[in-house]
Amino acid sequence: MAKPRTLFDKIWDAHLVDVQEDGTSLIYIDRHLVHEVTSPQAFEGLRQNGRKVRRPELTLAVADHNIPTTNRSAGIDDEESRIQVETLEHNVAAFGVPYFPVLDVRQGIVHIIGPEQGFTLPGMTIVCGDSHTATHGAFGSLAFGIGTSEVEHVLATQTLVQAPAKNMRITVDGELPAGVTSKDVILAIIGTIGTAGGTGHVIEYAGEAIRAMSMESRMTVCNMTIEGGARAGMIAPDETTFEYLKGRPMAPKGAAWEAAVAYWRTLPSDPGAAYEKEVVLRAADIVPQVTWGTSPQDVLPVTGRTPDPAAESDPAKRASIERSLKYMGLEPNTPIDQVKVDKVFIGSCTNGRIEDLRAVAAVAKGRKVADGVHAMVVPGSGLVKEQAEAEGVADILKAAGFDWREPGCSMCLAMNADKLEPGERCASTSNRNFEGRQGRGSRTHLVSPAMAAAAAITGRLADVRELTN
Amino acid sequence: MDKFTQLRGTAAPLDMINIDTDMIIPKQYLKTIKRTGLGKHLFAEMRYDDSGAEKPDFVLNKPQYRGAQVLIADDNFGCGSSREHAPWALLDFGIRCVISTSFADIFYNNCFKNGILPIKVTKQQLRELMDDAAKGSNAVLEVDLESQTIGRPNGESVSFEIDPHRKHCLLNGLDDIGLTLQRETGISEFEEQRKLSQPWA
Repeated sequence: MAKPRTLFDKIWDAHLVDVQEDGTSLIYIDRHLVHEVTSPQAFEGLRQNGRKVRRPELTLAVADHNIPTTNRSAGIDDEESRIQVETLEHNVAAFGVPYFPVLDVRQGIVHIIGPEQGFTLPGMTIVCGDSHTATHGAFGSLAFGIGTSEVEHVLATQTLVQAPAKNMRITVDGELPAGVTSKDVILAIIGTIGTAGGTGHVIEYAGEAIRAMSMESRMTVCNMTIEGGARAGMIAPDETTFEYLKGRPMAPKGAAWEAAVAYWRTLPSDPGAAYEKEVVLRAADIVPQVTWGTSPQDVLPVTGRTPDPAAESDPAKRASIERSLKYMGLEPNTPIDQVKVDKVFIGSCTNGRIEDLRAVAAVAKGRKVADGVHAMVVPGSGLVKEQAEAEGVADILKAAGFDWREPGCSMCLAMNADKLEPGERCASTSNRNFEGRQGRGSRTHLVSPAMAAAAAITGRLADVRELTN
Repeated sequence: MDKFTQLRGTAAPLDMINIDTDMIIPKQYLKTIKRTGLGKHLFAEMRYDDSGAEKPDFVLNKPQYRGAQVLIADDNFGCGSSREHAPWALLDFGIRCVISTSFADIFYNNCFKNGILPIKVTKQQLRELMDDAAKGSNAVLEVDLESQTIGRPNGESVSFEIDPHRKHCLLNGLDDIGLTLQRETGISEFEEQRKLSQPWA
């Protein structure tokens, strides 16, 4: 009998073009997403060498990192940002790559629009010059971030040279308690394994809590896989996956759909497949999470207190805690739910989907954003924005005093005009709390959309369960 | 891409864990459409104060490390985003080799595309090399990729592992794309097969 294989093994094997003696492999790439920040040098490389894009129809480009989230018909003020977006527009025209223009309703964050359009499909290899490409693994695809040299490689050859990864499985058993979301699950996972816990591995998420999640929630989990050090995270495709994809503009139709689903059903890991690393969490143990420091692994239950460096015996870790507390302007042993915020950011490829905005509206309905707090909502795409407006979600948020904006990456990394001032503190649904991430001297606390809503209403990093129970 | 064979140079100690790509090159410098010129922005927020003046206590601002070609840092160097601007900035500053106990996968991979050698060593070796580096320009390291060794100032040598394909490409300054295009037949055959087996893909 054939050796049992994991979901990752099956996709890997199905994409091998060539394998060298040392295991270095040439793998075929089914889908390539392109954005303005990590592609200009790649297109320039093609031009310098007289090369073409091998399969433009397997490529999809969009500008998301630099674009304004206010009225954008006026163009982009910042000259460098404007040049970068114009360069992308010039490149996609010159190389024949499909592109959603800035004013197209389908424009949005690459990792939101891929799934939304059905460009992302199970069993595929999907890459993008962006580490949060792991998001697409929620569909049971092998999706990972690459550098610009590799972007050029994929454009030119539709393949990548890769060393095989190891298998890791993270199982979340049982049912999630009320008020606990997929964002809390992935933050708790990163808190458990650390930011290098998945290095060299592809993580498969499994267990009852994962299976029960919607596609939006699964995408949140897979999205932050890179914060756990693994390049790719994946979840086996199932009825939830097929239901989400059916009828999407770029998904297969008719007989092709039936054939595709039949193939996708063969993808889940075989019983007895081996994993080099296994981690198991109990859903019942997870409470809403908040980060206190400057690494995504610096995570606490909202009921917890900031760490005391004096209690850490490892000198490198102690120095790191001291540095983070100082940067964040926090004292040791501070109850995290008493920490006040200046701003709230809701959006990003982690939490900029319709379900996330609904979760914010559910908490915000009939309430007001606290005095002195600026709370910004940036939908992940034009279609998410349109849907939220049609459902009344946008009205609830606007009535509560949230600033309702145009789609893009926005203050997740603050490459556009949306940023924090030095020392400002933000509850953010994004994915990184690194020093300077949301602006020089910015202080970021990563939370779920529901927790961000609670922070907006109370003006502190409150436990959302205080407002909903 | 420049070859990497041997390197004899000053090593700068940056004794921190989890140095992320936002630290290596903050996002305001990602708006460039070129690969070059990022060296002056390397570690910008640690290297310069709010007025743009150099912070004298940051390692690369100290006279003995301004010409460093090797960087030594603690666990999980290069975590965070996929931005190749991180190795571009290191290279443009003059750093051709980074030594740590561990690297984030994408950063590690990106180094090889730019002629930078990332070397993984043990915790103990890292402490010794960090001590060497603390001696500044009086203590140069000699990195030899062919023999996979780092020569220390006291005459001792540390050996390291690297996968043969990456080593070969770095030693010869090979362009991956050129190599892959030689396998055009294999790629076309693969595409033909998939057109039959997965027409929707």
